[in-house]
Amino acid sequence: METIVEQLTKYVVKANENKQALCIRGGGSKDFYGNPKGLHDSKLETGPYRGIVDYDPTELVVSARAGTPLNELESLLSEHGQMLAFEPPDFNGTATLGGCIASGLSGPRRAYTGAARDFVLGIKLLDGQGRILNFGGRVMKNVAGYDVSRLMTGAMGTLGVLLEVSLKVLPKPESERTLCFELPVEQALETMRRCAGKTLPVSASCHIDRRLYIRLSGIESAIDAAHVKLGGDEFGDSLSFWESIKNQTHPFFRGNKRLWRLSLKPTAPPFSITGEQAIEWGGALRWFAAAKDYDATAVRAQTEKAGGHATLFRGKDPNIPVFHPLPPDLLKIHQRLKRQFDPAGIFNPQRLFPEF
Amino acid sequence: MRHANLVEAFQNILPSESVLFEPEDLRPYECDGLSAYRQLPMIAVLPGNEAEVIEILKICEAEKIPVVARGAGTGLSGGALPHADGVLLSLAKLNEILEIDPVACTARVQPGVRNLAISEAAETYGLYYAPDPSSQIACTIGGNVAENSGGVHCLKYGLTVHNILKLRVLTIEGDVLEIGSEALDSSGFDLLALMTGSEGMLGIISEITVKLLPKPETARLVMAAFDDIEKAGAAVANIIRAGIVPAGLEMMDKMTIAAVEEFIHAGYDPDAEAILLCESDGSNEVVANEIEKIRDIMHESGAVRIDTAHSDAERQRFWAGRKAAFPAAGRVSPDYYCMDGTIPRKHLAEVLRRIEDLSLEFGLRCMNVFHAGDGNLHPLILYDANRSGELEKAEAFGARILEICIEAGGSLTGEHGVGIEKLNQMCLQFGDAERDLFHAVKAAFDPDSQLNPGKAIPSLRRCAEFGAMHVHRGEEKFPDLPRF
Repeated sequence: METIVEQLTKYVVKANENKQALCIRGGGSKDFYGNPKGLHDSKLETGPYRGIVDYDPTELVVSARAGTPLNELESLLSEHGQMLAFEPPDFNGTATLGGCIASGLSGPRRAYTGAARDFVLGIKLLDGQGRILNFGGRVMKNVAGYDVSRLMTGAMGTLGVLLEVSLKVLPKPESERTLCFELPVEQALETMRRCAGKTLPVSASCHIDRRLYIRLSGIESAIDAAHVKLGGDEFGDSLSFWESIKNQTHPFFRGNKRLWRLSLKPTAPPFSITGEQAIEWGGALRWFAAAKDYDATAVRAQTEKAGGHATLFRGKDPNIPVFHPLPPDLLKIHQRLKRQFDPAGIFNPQRLFPEF
Repeated sequence: MRHANLVEAFQNILPSESVLFEPEDLRPYECDGLSAYRQLPMIAVLPGNEAEVIEILKICEAEKIPVVARGAGTGLSGGALPHADGVLLSLAKLNEILEIDPVACTARVQPGVRNLAISEAAETYGLYYAPDPSSQIACTIGGNVAENSGGVHCLKYGLTVHNILKLRVLTIEGDVLEIGSEALDSSGFDLLALMTGSEGMLGIISEITVKLLPKPETARLVMAAFDDIEKAGAAVANIIRAGIVPAGLEMMDKMTIAAVEEFIHAGYDPDAEAILLCESDGSNEVVANEIEKIRDIMHESGAVRIDTAHSDAERQRFWAGRKAAFPAAGRVSPDYYCMDGTIPRKHLAEVLRRIEDLSLEFGLRCMNVFHAGDGNLHPLILYDANRSGELEKAEAFGARILEICIEAGGSLTGEHGVGIEKLNQMCLQFGDAERDLFHAVKAAFDPDSQLNPGKAIPSLRRCAEFGAMHVHRGEEKFPDLPRF
C-alpha cells in the first residue's frame, strides 16, 4: 500500500506539473489566518501524517510528524514534566505541529523563553519538486549549512510541506502564580519593562481591561521572593486566564471586530489611535481591536514608527493585505527564495503575500 | 581590471592606509584560527564605515571579484581564509557600540565590536550579552553572527541566533537590507535565522542589534569527579531529567584533567576518569535550590568526589581549568587540532570509545572536552607538525571523528562552522538535494557567487569525487537510529 508520504509526494509532483495551487492544511485551526485569497480549493491534507517519531526526555528533544495534534504532543511532554516553552496557541483544539511551525505563532511565554523558531532544531521537508529534504537535526547546536529549518517557521507553508519537525523542549516549572494589578496602560508598560531588566521569574505579562497580569514560574521560594518585590494580588484562576489569552477566547478577542496584531519595540508608548488594546510580551505585542472603518494605512504607519509590523490577524478585508508589506529589496529576496523552493508556485500562493 | 587599477580604484574611495596589497602587509590576513590553511588575498581593504563598505562592494560587483569578510580572524574552520584572486574585507575598524537601550534591553553595535566589549559596556546597567564563545575577548560580534557562535552557557541562554534582533545587511547587488526588527518578530520569512551562521556567504553585515539580559544575581558551581566516563554521562542525563537546565555543564576526560591540572592547578581530581562542572545561575533562591539538587544527583549518579565552590574566586578557579584546556593541549604537544562535532548526549560513551580506538589506530593522542549540556564535543588531537605526515594523519583522524558524530545522529559542526575545513564531511551529512538547495539559497542573495565562494557548502562535483574515494570502514554504526 502507498504510504502517506508517497501520496503527498505524488500530489505535489502532479501539482508542480500542472502549476496547480495547493492549500496545505493540518487541523484547519488557522483557516482564519493569512490572506483569504491564499485559501485554495485543492487541499493538501497533512493531518493523516501523524505520530511521535522520537522522544527522549533526557535529550530535551522531541521529533514528530507534522499532522500530530499539538495537544497530543503537549500531553506526552507533560507526562514527562516537559513542555513546548513557546506556549503555542491551539485555538479550537485541532491545531497540528506542522501548522504550529508553519504559522510560527507563539503564546504568552514567548517574551521570556523564546519563540517557536527558537526551539526548532530540524525538519523534514517536501519541496515544490517533490523532493524530500532533511535540514538541521536532533542536536541543540548545529551550524552545518544554512538554517533552513528556522526559515520554514512562520513561512506559512509557502516554501514547502513540513513532514516532520524536531523541537527542543524544556522542563515545566514546578509552580506558577499570577499577580494582578489595577493599573492604567502607561504604568502597566512601565512595570513590564522594569521586570524585563531584572532576574525575576516572570513567564508572561498581559495588560487587559485596565488590569496588569504577571505570571511567575519556577520554584516556590523564588516565586515568593518575586511576589514580595512586585507586590500585587494573587489571581486565582491563573491557568484558564492564560489559556484564554493564548487561544484568544478572552472576551476582549471575541466578536466580529477587526483585530490587529502589532509587534513592536517593547518600549513604544501606548498607541494614540482609538480602539480597545491589550498588551502582552512585556510591551512587545499589542492587540488592537479597531472599528471596521479604521484606516489600515494609519495603523501600519504607526507600527512602523514604533519599530515593528502590523498583521490584520482577524476580520479580513480583501483590500488589506494581512501581513505587513515588505520593502522592495526584501520582497525581491523573498520571491527568489520562493522560486528556489517552489518553482511552479504551488504552495499556498498569496497566503503570506499577494506577490507570491 | 588589472591589479594596479583595482588598487587605485580602492584608493580613490578609502584612505591609502586602508588598502593593503604588498605581500608583507597582507601576511597578517593569510589565515584565521585554522592556521593549517594559508592563502594571501589579492588585496585587503579596511573600511571605516558602512558607506565605504558599500563602495567597496560596488567595485567588487562590477569586476566580479570574490569578497571574503573577516572580523578578528579567530574562527576555527577557515571561514575567513582569503581568496587568491579576491578581496579580503576586514570589518575590524567598524568597532563602535552605537547605542545601548537599557529599558528595551538592547545594544546596537557595528560588526567589528568584540563580543566581550558589549557586556562590558552594558555592565553599568546590570545587563550583559549572553553568548560567550571561548574567544570572546577577541572575537567580533559580526563573526559571531556569521558563525552562529555558542559558548559554555548556551544550553540555558541559546546561541547567537537566539540573542540577536536585527541586522543591517549589505548585498553584493548593492541593496541594504534591514532584517529583523526591534520587535520580537518580523513580517515575512525568518531571514534573521538564515543570515545567522551563513559564514559570510549571503551578505555583509554592517550593523547588529543584540538582546541584553539582566545579569544573574549569583552563580555557583559544582565540580564532580567520576571513576567511569559512562557514570558521568548518566549524571548529565539525570540532571536534565530532574528538570534542571544548568547555566553550564562541561565534561573533561582523564587526559584533559591531567594536562590542565599540571598547567593551572585548578584542584581537579587527577585520578578521575571524568570531571563534570555544573553551574547554576539566577536569583539566590533558584541557585540555592538547584545546587542542592545537583549535588544530590551527582552523588546518586556515583560521583567519587563532589566540591561546591564556596566563593567566587574558587568558582573562577574551577572554571579556569576548563578554559585552559586548549592552551594545556598546546603545552603537552607541539600542535593540536581542535574538532567540533555534536551528538545526542546518550551516545557519548560509545562515541568516546570509538575515538579512543581511532587514537590507537592513528597513533595520536586525543584529549576530550565536552559541552555536555548541549552535546557539543571538542576532541583535541595532539600531533607534531614537524614530523612528516603527522598533520595529514591528524586531519584524517579528525575527519573520522566527524563521521562518527554524523553516524550517531549528530552534526559535523556545533559552533565552529564548516568553512574550508569540513567541506568533505558536508557531503556525508547532506544529500545532493539538500546541497543543491543550499546553493539555491545562496543564489537568491548572491547570484554570481562572489561572497566567500567555495566555503561552507561543497560543490556537487567535489562531493562526487569525495564519494568515489571515500570508503566507509565496516558496517554503519548505530543502525537503529532514525536519520532525521
